[in-house]
Amino acid sequence: MVKISKTQELAQNIKLFEFDSPLIARKAQPGQFVVLRINEPGERIPLTIADAKKEEGVLVIVFQEVGKSTRLLGTLKAGDTIMDLIGPLGKASEIEKFGTVVCVAGGVGTPEIFPVARALKQAGNRIISIVGARNKELLIMQEEMQSVSDELYITTDDGSYGRKGLVIDELKRLINENVKIDKVFAVGPVIMMKAVSETTRPFNIATVVSLNPIMLDATGMCGVCRVEIDGETKFACVDGPEFDGHKVNFDSLMARLKTYIREEKESMQLFSKHTHSCTCGGK
Amino acid sequence: MAKINPKKTPMIEQTAQERVKNFKEVPFGYSEEQAVEEAKRCLQCKKPFCVAGCPVEIDIPGFIKAIAEKDFKNAIKILKKKNVLPAICGRVCPQEDQCEKECVLSKKMEPVGIGRLERFAADWEAASGETDIPEKHVLTGKRVAVVGAGPAGLVFAGDMAQLGHEVTLFEALHKAGGVLVYGIPEFRLPKAIVQREIEYIEKLGVKLITSFVVGNTQTIDELLKEYDAIFIGTGAGLPWFMNLPGENLNGIYSANEYLVRSNLMKAYLFPEYDTPIVKGKQVATIGGGNVAMDSARTALRLGADKSMIIYRRSKTEMPARIEEIHHAEEERIQFEFLTLPVKYYGDENGWVKEMECLRMELGEPDASGRRRPITIPNSEFRIPVDTVVVAIGQSPNPLIPQTTPDLQVGKHGNIIADEKTGRTSKKGVFAGGDIVTGAATVILAMGAGRIAAKSCHEYLKTGIW
Ligand SMILES: Cc1cc2nc3c(=O)[nH]c(=O)nc-3n(C[C@H](O)[C@H](O)[C@H](O)COP(=O)(O)OP(=O)(O)OC[C@H]3O[C@@H](n4cnc5c(N)ncnc54)[C@H](O)[C@@H]3O)c2cc1C
Ligand SMILES: Cc1cc2nc3c(=O)[nH]c(=O)nc-3n(C[C@H](O)[C@H](O)[C@H](O)COP(=O)(O)OP(=O)(O)OC[C@H]3O[C@@H](n4cnc5c(N)ncnc54)[C@H](O)[C@@H]3O)c2cc1C
Ligand code: SF4
Ligand code: SF4
Ligand code: FES
Repeated sequence: MVKISKTQELAQNIKLFEFDSPLIARKAQPGQFVVLRINEPGERIPLTIADAKKEEGVLVIVFQEVGKSTRLLGTLKAGDTIMDLIGPLGKASEIEKFGTVVCVAGGVGTPEIFPVARALKQAGNRIISIVGARNKELLIMQEEMQSVSDELYITTDDGSYGRKGLVIDELKRLINENVKIDKVFAVGPVIMMKAVSETTRPFNIATVVSLNPIMLDATGMCGVCRVEIDGETKFACVDGPEFDGHKVNFDSLMARLKTYIREEKESMQLFSKHTHSCTCGGK
Repeated sequence: MAKINPKKTPMIEQTAQERVKNFKEVPFGYSEEQAVEEAKRCLQCKKPFCVAGCPVEIDIPGFIKAIAEKDFKNAIKILKKKNVLPAICGRVCPQEDQCEKECVLSKKMEPVGIGRLERFAADWEAASGETDIPEKHVLTGKRVAVVGAGPAGLVFAGDMAQLGHEVTLFEALHKAGGVLVYGIPEFRLPKAIVQREIEYIEKLGVKLITSFVVGNTQTIDELLKEYDAIFIGTGAGLPWFMNLPGENLNGIYSANEYLVRSNLMKAYLFPEYDTPIVKGKQVATIGGGNVAMDSARTALRLGADKSMIIYRRSKTEMPARIEEIHHAEEERIQFEFLTLPVKYYGDENGWVKEMECLRMELGEPDASGRRRPITIPNSEFRIPVDTVVVAIGQSPNPLIPQTTPDLQVGKHGNIIADEKTGRTSKKGVFAGGDIVTGAATVILAMGAGRIAAKSCHEYLKTGIW
């Protein structure tokens, strides 16, 4: 049993949770993730470690409510417990002094990239961050990103804040303006990471992406998280989740992410039906 | 002497038609009368060859005599002297290659059903509700960490606790039991039985910590600061794929994934349980071992119309337990022997729809002593499939070796440990089970745990490495 010590709604359907987990917090490094299981019938879902407060023994995650498990998680309150929290998992990000690093994030990719950007900044890099969201309301962790970035550009799909457009437009602008970029880190929807990788490829700008395939054990024993890197099969949970974006077969990843679409829908419908007839007030 | 029945006393089972629709255990086990009848087939040999065939040298005539005399309590006592998990071994040991193979009766007729009797005694104890907890030894004040709660780790932990050490058992998954809970299906080894054995180990004083990945949550070196010795029993959990074109299409599973979803996560109870699994109609499982049988039989129970085993050698070379092959045949699993998959074809959405195979023939014996399969040129043919389970083997998980630089490993990634003591190249660190031998058997893993416990106890007493 692991206790939730704090919950906070960052935007609609995006929540930040803190857990009392001194062991994992002590070891967590940027780029790593945890797996959690809410209750006995629950599935094991992977979530990136958005922050780890080592002294307090607190682990922070930020998640978007997309299906049954994340929605159920979202109904929990501070003081509640979940069954299992496992980690830290995956390889840590490679943090070095590269020079100028562009950190590109979309949606819940922002909290995921935040610890990486902070570590890169501490390592002496100049950080240019590009953060995107569909609209102003969905923008999260701006202040945090601001605090670790030398320059921060914000885009919204509808132009309700920052520049209207996609993160990729900003990245292209930087490249066109001949900003010397030594490395790009991109975290967000697969389609966005693919676009970033395609954009940087012709310019040979080293690009790291953080992949989010379906996972199960997340310790390298089942192979569901396999991704194709430069024609070779790798297990994202132990060999990644970060990989060289120019080598990733994104189309295969996108197809594999859809494996359980039917079951996910069924689960969600059942969950909605249930929650609407119970006492939670249709939440 | 009364004439001996040439056949084992039959064990009543669920019929094939009935059982493919559920996940309940296939055989029901012996009644007291049946057990006594079977026990009486044993000749009580002065020189019992059967004992030499058992990797942990159970006093087989001894426990069988007790059953024949209806002293079931004594039977279980004798069993537990050498085997702390009899309910499990009685069910999953490959008896035909071990104890029963050496039984004198087997020269002329069916051997004594040693496994069935072992299972009977263990189940009798459970049903009687009185499990004796052995008296505790005086506490030594030494602290021991065990990594991995499979059969090797469980036995090591149990033995060390009984010897008076303070034992903590770390398990990466959220449940203890190793392959016994995540791999071997409910219909072959009910999880309640494994749970019972784990509770027994906990009653011996072992502290179990699940969801703790050694190497990540803490490394071996970090644990060594808090513990006087460590045993590594992390198994052979890294699944092999064949690196065929199309192998990453949707619907293609490793056996580990397929079985973990179904067993550990109870995907067969979806949507009551949250973890989904593809309930394929045309399922092909590749391989010929227990893992393959378990996968193919699981597919049937998930509702497959056709569940096939694709194996590159012939029936005689199949490493699975005979009883399981037999059960699989009864359940109308289709066997495609001398067949090698070479390629997968997918549909426009990335789902597997066909596999291309080659026919094989058997050539000269290879290193394993079995005849080597050779491909027949131009023998390609295709099989329509919507689900594939790759069950061709697994090797040790590299997590611990990678995070423990001074731990010596062999070329297959197995930890090198002395067979007689379980000692590794690192002071205070022992290892045993599949992580050392590569994928083997439950009883061998247990034996390794026991050997390591003995030598670890010595080490903690003397400090000599
Ligand atoms: C390494 C890693 C880090 C992640 N970090 C974050 C994060 O910080 N914040 C966040 O909001 N999300 C993160 N995700 C995604 C998150 O795990 C999924 O959103 C979640 O599992 C969905 O579960 P669900 O039941 O709510 O939705 P479902 O309806 O079950 O699934 C919605 C979609 O999520 C994906 N998904 C489903 N099951 C899994 C699974 N077991 N593992 C991975 N993906 C799955 C599929 O693409 C699916 O279509 C991460 C994923 C990975 C692999
Ligand atoms: C499907 C299947 C069917 C089988 N059928 C039979 C059969 O009928 N008869 C038979 O005799 N044998 C059978 N076997 C083989 C047998 O199960 C194994 O040989 C045996 O379980 C090995 O025991 P072990 O303790 O070495 O490892 P395992 O049982 O593999 O247990 C290892 C444990 O260590 C944990 N672990 C791994 N890494 C870490 C880490 N870093 N930190 C913490 N914990 C960790 C794992 O999660 C696991 O729980 C079968 C195997 C499979 C897969
Ligand atoms: S432990 Fe296995 S080999 Fe030994 S007697 Fe029992 S069934 Fe036979
Ligand atoms: S060899 Fe067979 S008959 Fe002889 S003691 Fe062992 S089980 Fe009994
Ligand atoms: S999630 Fe199972 S191997 Fe990566």
